[in-house]
Amino acid sequence: MANIQLYLKQTITYQVFIMIAKHLKEFMETFGNIAYQLWQVLKYLFSLQINIKQVMEQASRFAVDSLPITLSIVAMTAIILAMQVAPELVKQGGKDYIGLLVALTMVREIGVIMSGFAIISMIGSSQASELATMRVTDQIDAMKVLKVSPFKYLFLPRVLAGAIMMPFVVIISSTFGILAGGITSMISAKDVTWLCYISSVWQGLYIRDINIMLLKAACFGGCISLISSSCGYDAKGGAKGVGIATTKAVVWSFVAIVILDAIFAAAFYF
Amino acid sequence: MSINVENLTKEFDGKKVLDNISFKVEQGEVLSIVGFSGSGKSTILKILCGLLNADSGKIDIDDGDIAMVFQYSALFDSLNVFDNISFALQERKEFRHLYTKQELKDLVAQSLNTVGLPGIEDKFPHELSGGMQKRVSLARAIITKPKYILYDEPTAGLDPIASTVIEDYILRLRDETKSTSIVVTHQMSTIKRCSDKLIMLYGGHIVFRGTPDDLLRQDNPYTKQFVSASIEGPMKIAASDF
Repeated sequence: MANIQLYLKQTITYQVFIMIAKHLKEFMETFGNIAYQLWQVLKYLFSLQINIKQVMEQASRFAVDSLPITLSIVAMTAIILAMQVAPELVKQGGKDYIGLLVALTMVREIGVIMSGFAIISMIGSSQASELATMRVTDQIDAMKVLKVSPFKYLFLPRVLAGAIMMPFVVIISSTFGILAGGITSMISAKDVTWLCYISSVWQGLYIRDINIMLLKAACFGGCISLISSSCGYDAKGGAKGVGIATTKAVVWSFVAIVILDAIFAAAFYF
Repeated sequence: MSINVENLTKEFDGKKVLDNISFKVEQGEVLSIVGFSGSGKSTILKILCGLLNADSGKIDIDDGDIAMVFQYSALFDSLNVFDNISFALQERKEFRHLYTKQELKDLVAQSLNTVGLPGIEDKFPHELSGGMQKRVSLARAIITKPKYILYDEPTAGLDPIASTVIEDYILRLRDETKSTSIVVTHQMSTIKRCSDKLIMLYGGHIVFRGTPDDLLRQDNPYTKQFVSASIEGPMKIAASDF
């Protein structure tokens, strides 16, 4: 019997099974922690125990610090899109649709998702490493001993700041992207004028799309802050633990916003 | 205001770190907990202040604040000394509207005076030496006037003079606030100067209990090995424990 057990443990199937089980357990643990922490955040939010000073501080960090990188990424994406699409559309006689296409892509998809990616790498990683450092240097334990809830003091302001500021960041970056797309279209394709581009932009913009964009941005912002804070909060060990927590925060946030994006697309455009 | 611990048990990954530990600390007493690294000393403190749950056992602590001075101070590095010390008073519901700004300033100044560091309210933790950080951590612990103060290796990493200063403050706080204290330490000087009584842990059990004088006098093989800092003796330390 012992030999059979030993043999089974050496088989590749067993090893693969163990590996899958380990990752599944880790996934369930992280997911459970995030869900519990979201519950705690909502509890403090609905009981209005909000530290306004902290929210303002985090909001300024979230929006102001991330804006240059977000603008650059969204504008570059719009430029690339316009460079590839504008000459083709002009060839096909569709120069009046360049603005519509860029605006639609920006508002429905690129503006939000690219801003999300930029914010994850800039703010999410920083939030995760900050909380992870606090965890490994006992600062979070000290906070608990002082009877101040880390969910109230650390999580809630970050999640709230993310949900409030992300729509602003997305509006600014999408507008910037549409403008950058217009300039690129004028340079890369003949016969495209600024007036022609802008008037086709208006054709592609609907209030419904903008509302969905804002709602999506708010969800992305809150989600990025929640996941990043959660991964940092659950960090273990020393410097290595901080690194692992930061990587985990970035990976989980990326996956989460792509899944959320798919849910939004299915719910509103499918 | 005493602390009464009965049959405390705690396991980590199947390994019993604390196995039916019982002890009592009377009001105004300082109990030192000694033992080698990994013997569960800090685990006891974490259970007492609610950071960890015990697997079984009973802890009797009267209502009131428990403060803890952490091994590496655990000051909030994004806040200055003023905000660190007044953190609980600013953030906790029951204190928030109790003090005016000026009263808060006075309280922080008073706390800093108690630990001999007046006028450093605007400094950040990274601008302070290890000894100063420990004293700020003490000031933060005492500002809510706790009935119990737990010290996790308060003199670790400090030079002998800074250690003596911290030991003096532990005694002073005990005398002034009549608080009940538990000190986890490896340092003989801290044990001798600060403790009213002590317990020694090994393998999850208490292998010695008595006064600091008993520690030196008794013919207990565990205390003998600890005091002489010898590798030979009943306490076998694995390399992985360091």
